[in-house]
Order: sequence, then structure tokens, then C-alpha cells
Amino acid sequence: MSDSGADPLFRKILIANRGEIAVRIARTLREMAIPSVAVYSDADAGAPHIEAADEAFHLGPAPPAQSYLNQERLFAIAREAGVDAIHPGYGFLAENAGFARRCAAEGLVFIGPTAETIDAMGSKIAARRAAKAAGMPIVPGTEEPLSDAAEIGSVADRLGYPVAIKAAAGGGGYGMRVVNGPEDIAATLEGVRRDASRAFGDTTVYVEKFFSPAPRHIEMQVLGDRFGNVVHLGERECSLQRRFQKIVEETPSPAVSPELRARMGAAAVALARHVGYQSTGTVECLVTDDGEFSFLEMNTRLQVEHPVTEEVTGIDLVREMVRIAAGLPLSVPTEGIAPRGHAIEARLYAEDPARSFMPSPGQITRLDIPAIPNLRVDSGARAGTNVTVYYDPLLAKIIAWGENRATAIQTMRDALDATVIEGVKTNLPFLTRIFGSDDFRTGRIHTRYVDEHLPEIMASG
Amino acid sequence: MAEVLSPLPGLVATIHVKSGDIVSSGDPVVTLQSMKMEIPITAESDGTIAEVLVSEGDEIDTGALIARIS
Repeated sequence: MSDSGADPLFRKILIANRGEIAVRIARTLREMAIPSVAVYSDADAGAPHIEAADEAFHLGPAPPAQSYLNQERLFAIAREAGVDAIHPGYGFLAENAGFARRCAAEGLVFIGPTAETIDAMGSKIAARRAAKAAGMPIVPGTEEPLSDAAEIGSVADRLGYPVAIKAAAGGGGYGMRVVNGPEDIAATLEGVRRDASRAFGDTTVYVEKFFSPAPRHIEMQVLGDRFGNVVHLGERECSLQRRFQKIVEETPSPAVSPELRARMGAAAVALARHVGYQSTGTVECLVTDDGEFSFLEMNTRLQVEHPVTEEVTGIDLVREMVRIAAGLPLSVPTEGIAPRGHAIEARLYAEDPARSFMPSPGQITRLDIPAIPNLRVDSGARAGTNVTVYYDPLLAKIIAWGENRATAIQTMRDALDATVIEGVKTNLPFLTRIFGSDDFRTGRIHTRYVDEHLPEIMASG
Repeated sequence: MAEVLSPLPGLVATIHVKSGDIVSSGDPVVTLQSMKMEIPITAESDGTIAEVLVSEGDEIDTGALIARIS
């Protein structure tokens, strides 16, 4: 087997996703000479990801449960199309251990980590224990489920307020609420349990310190293969977010020194090794003002913001995932890769910043993002695309590269200034203002920056 | 009679009230789901729910009449 000759690694791969990530995965599969199969719901008929693949199959009605999460239908398509592997992208079935197991039972390769690893990191309590066992600092809190308000109260007294009550089955900011004082515990616990019951069917909760002042969110990209090789590909700074939804990511982080990068990288590699990690994965950390980091959670999949890492390392992470899944060793040297230059990603969302980022579905009538040097656009939309209420609001990712941070920012500003979108409201005006701001230019961003500064950001420029 | 109108298109995820319920301004009437976000739609006045005009799972548009408050 090779991935560059006449003998492709897989006969055919089904991409169980939609939008920009399905387009992006299809591009790499084409480069690897592996035929690809797209799937689409009623809402996505005519979508760009259909053309990006070699074949396309209709899934069903628009709601995810009847389309992109419909395992019966996906496996029926996999059999009909004759694929031997499935790439789940991110979201949908990407971190579903049951789906990974079922792929194996159906004789298909799941392009991702093992089901055991997905399970191990899927419970945020188990993930905290694993990180601790691997020698990584974790956010102060509990490593056991908590049963009632009194128990939470005593933990909170020990940690100091504010604390976050989090659902063990949650993650990415879903299923968590902040408590500012003992009087709020009972009602907050009830709220978290209600959300968790509805969203995950599991009401197990734990408690973490909620850092104040706001920390930075910085994550390490790791790669592991089936031979026990594990490397990290540096960090991504993801602090610019709103309600735990990332908006802008970059690498390197303006807040990470070579010394901190080395420590965070070693810790992330140790964790990945500890759980036998075999694919691309991301170890998310919080970094406080004093330059200390602590483990937040691990995402066992391809991350939305993976392109910034690709742009500074020259590594195609989708290609690595496919190679690893085919049983090949990493093509990255074990000492890692020194990043070249600086890359920044801006997420273009169909959200209206003038109405507190409310979702803004509708039909895109015009979408022009300029093609300029050192700019990469990963898009799942175009003029004519109907943006529906059923899926996430991400339309495209705009990725600018530069020799240094300032030139990357300038390229991003040039790109955003020349971008035109009509038909749906988007966060483009917000992005334009962020990249023009002194706070961003000087890197003074933390995880609550947008929430605290939104009115002045929107009033600027 | 006050009307509760949808400020955006979405799916009715949860209905929090029924006819006859007494609500205060700011109380959630329904939770809409749109693009993976949950958006509570609240009463803008005090009163009694006279009528709920949507069902859970309904896909509604901007301006859709969700409930009447008397």
C-alpha cells in the first residue's frame, strides 16, 4: 500500500457530513486518488459538497436525526456505494463511539480514533482522570460525579466562587452553567440537569473552578498512529469566542512562549500516549494570566479550526487521518515540525451581530470572497445556497497566512474588506471590526472578551 | 391582547406554557432551536396565556404568531 502510487489506501470513502468540511475532505481524497461519496439531506440538495465528491447519495429529510445522524441510512448507502471507510468530519457522528463500533461491525474503517478512546474522552470526568493520570495539570474541581447541591456547595467553598457546574456528557460549553454564590447552586444544578437530560440523556455532573479573570483557550494539535508514535503540531489560540463558540483562531498564539509551548506540547503528547490515541486529536487547555495551563477537554476528531495548523506546518491533517486509519505510520517526524509564519482563521457565520448574533437563515444571493495570495477559503456555501435552521450557521472559513502575525492580519483585513455577502445576515461586520481593533492587534484577547466588549466592538470602525 | 411573535425562523423545541397559565414579562413562552442554538422567546407583558398556536417540532418563520396573552 502507498498513498502516492497507483494503489490507493482505500477503495472508496464515504464522507458522513455536509458543508465546508465535506468539501474540504473531498479535496484531499481527490489528491490521494481515493474516490469519495457525498451524502445530502433534502435541505442540502444542490449544495457544493455534493459536487466536490465523485458520487452523491440522498439521505432523507432535513432534520439531522433523519439525515446526517441516520446510521441505518448511512450504512445502507455505504453498502450500495461499495465504500470501505467512512470519514465523519466534525459534529454529527464524529465523536459517537457507537457509530465507530458499528463501522467495524459492518466491515468499514472509521477514519478517526478507536471507539475506546472516543468513550474515554467523551465522559468529561473520565477525561479529567486520564489527563491527571498522564501528569497533566487539570482545571481544579472534582474527578467524581456530584450528587446534590450540598456536595457541590462544599466543593465550591473549597475552590472559591465562581464555579462551573458541568454535565459529564457535555463539552464545548454545552451543558455547563456558572454559579457565583451558594444561593444559586440549587437552581443552577437543576438547570444543568434539565439541559443534560434533554441533550445527552445523562444527568451526571461535576464541578470545576470558573477562572476569573477570564483565561485564554489554547489547544494543542496531536497526531498518533497505530505504532505508538505521537507528535504535537503546536497550539491554536482560540480565545476569541462567544458563548463558547469559537469565532477566530490563530497559530502561533501571541500568548505562548517557546517554553510554554514545549510544556503544553509534552503534556498533550503524554495524554495522547496514555489513551493510545490513533488519529488527529485536540487537547484543549485554559491558560491563566500567570502563564499556567490546565486541561479542559480532549476533542477526538478533526477540529473546525485545523486549517491554521495546516498552513504553518504544511501537513494535511485529513491526509494524515486517512493514512493512520489505513495502518500507515505518521508522515510527520517524531520531533514535530517547526511552524513557518503565522495563520489566522475567521469563521463566517450566518448570524446577525446587530441582533445579538441571532441565527439568520435564508437564501444567499451573493457570496464573493476574493482569491488573493496567502488566503485559503474553506467554504460550503455559494450564491443560491439555502441556509436552513437545521444545521450550524458556519458558511465558510477564511484563513490568512503571513510571514508574521501583522502580515497575516493585513491579508485577513484585505480579504474581509473585499468580501460581499447578500441574502443572509452574517458576522462579517463583526469580523472586520475585530481585525481592525487594537486589542486584537496586540493580542489582548480572552475567552470572555467578546461578551464583555460587544457593544464597543460593534460601535467601532 | 398581546401577541408573542417569533423574532426569527426556527424549530419549536419546547413549549413552556399552556392556555390559562399566568405569565410575567420576561417569562419564557417557547424555546426555539435554530442553527444549533436554543433561543428562549419570552412574554413581553404580564397576563394570562389565552392561546398557544404552535406545537413542538413546528418549523416557524419570522413573525409567526406563537401565543396570545390576555
